[in-house]
Amino acid sequence: MSTPAPWRGTGAVPAYPGTSAAPQPANLADLLERVLDKGIVIAGDIRINLLDIELLTIRIRLLIASVDRAREMGIDWWEHDPTLSSGDRRRDLAAENRRLRERLGELEAARSQDAREAREAGAGAAPEPEPVDDDRPARKGTRRRREEP
Amino acid sequence: MTYTWLYAVAPAGPEPSPPKGAPGGVADEHPRTVAAADLLAVVGSVPDADFDSDALQRHLGDPQWLERAVRAHHRVVSATATGGRALPVRFGTVYRDDDRVRALLAAHADDIRAALSDIADRTEWGVKAYLDRAHPDGADDAGSGADRPAGDRPGTAYLLRRRTARDRAEHALTDAAGQARQVHLALSGLADRSTEHPPQPTEATGVRDPMLLNGAYLVHRSRAAEFARTVEALRARHGPALRLELTGPWPPYSFAALPTAGDGAR
Repeated sequence: MSTPAPWRGTGAVPAYPGTSAAPQPANLADLLERVLDKGIVIAGDIRINLLDIELLTIRIRLLIASVDRAREMGIDWWEHDPTLSSGDRRRDLAAENRRLRERLGELEAARSQDAREAREAGAGAAPEPEPVDDDRPARKGTRRRREEP
Repeated sequence: MTYTWLYAVAPAGPEPSPPKGAPGGVADEHPRTVAAADLLAVVGSVPDADFDSDALQRHLGDPQWLERAVRAHHRVVSATATGGRALPVRFGTVYRDDDRVRALLAAHADDIRAALSDIADRTEWGVKAYLDRAHPDGADDAGSGADRPAGDRPGTAYLLRRRTARDRAEHALTDAAGQARQVHLALSGLADRSTEHPPQPTEATGVRDPMLLNGAYLVHRSRAAEFARTVEALRARHGPALRLELTGPWPPYSFAALPTAGDGAR
């Protein structure tokens, strides 16, 4: 459930002692932090100068996290925010959001009406207001149902 | 031409640690052994064109290559070193030839033997603790104070709700972190040695709850069952706040530094 990239061992692994719970198979993050030590410490004759550990870490993260998962974590973070996630509050928020959108819609309508009147009156002196993008991700997100556990 | 990639070092005893039937190594080569000073190194011949500094550096920047090679390294090490029979060697330890490995074994035989006796009959277990957000205590009444007559000020009500919930979450996090310390102390008491890896980032774990402990424990075979029981007991005791995850048995990666690290290139 928590290992995105499970790896089954060679079978040489001894049985887990004294409990019914099976051990988790090695996942890549666990493995990398062990075999690469602190970033990378290289012994031997061949020297690898990996001072750019930050970069390596980023690559490793990208490697481990599936793209979909990363996208989900990156873009839909508010859906994972416990303060926003339980049912009533989500519905409250949705309703609140709807009210705000309606209010915004009224304001926008009034504004473009003003602009049109101004243009007609002043022969194009006032520029047409930019159309407002009505499909921003934040709004979509609050409407979307969060996956239930 | 080839270089010699080092996987593990074992004592050359009546029961050596043969890579017989071992899986292919980092270059799909068949691992073999090199002996010196009553020690046995498990090694592989890797093409120098792919494993000199420049090439290796380039490869390490390639996630697919890195994953494949790290898993291959781990497979060979596991086949050799599980159960405390051998010192696992860090990924990326390459020597110019077998003679350099023999020289290493001979020059540092005492240190290597001491390191081997530290891990003999011991294995590494990993225990991770996550904050369990599924049971934040008392979270369900977090919103009850928010139904105050603020109906005409939904923004304010929202912010208040949000602040209350955040305070609560912070408290739960602090409390859980304290419990994670207790878990680490309890497990360290059963281990010959223990250490902590940095908590893994959420993107790496795929688990959205923060990791509060990423411990590694070197446990003697005779205490393995007790260690497992203790993990179960801790899981029960700290269940409402923490979720524990056990991994292993690992080769003692976290406790077996080859005494010669960096020696060849200094």
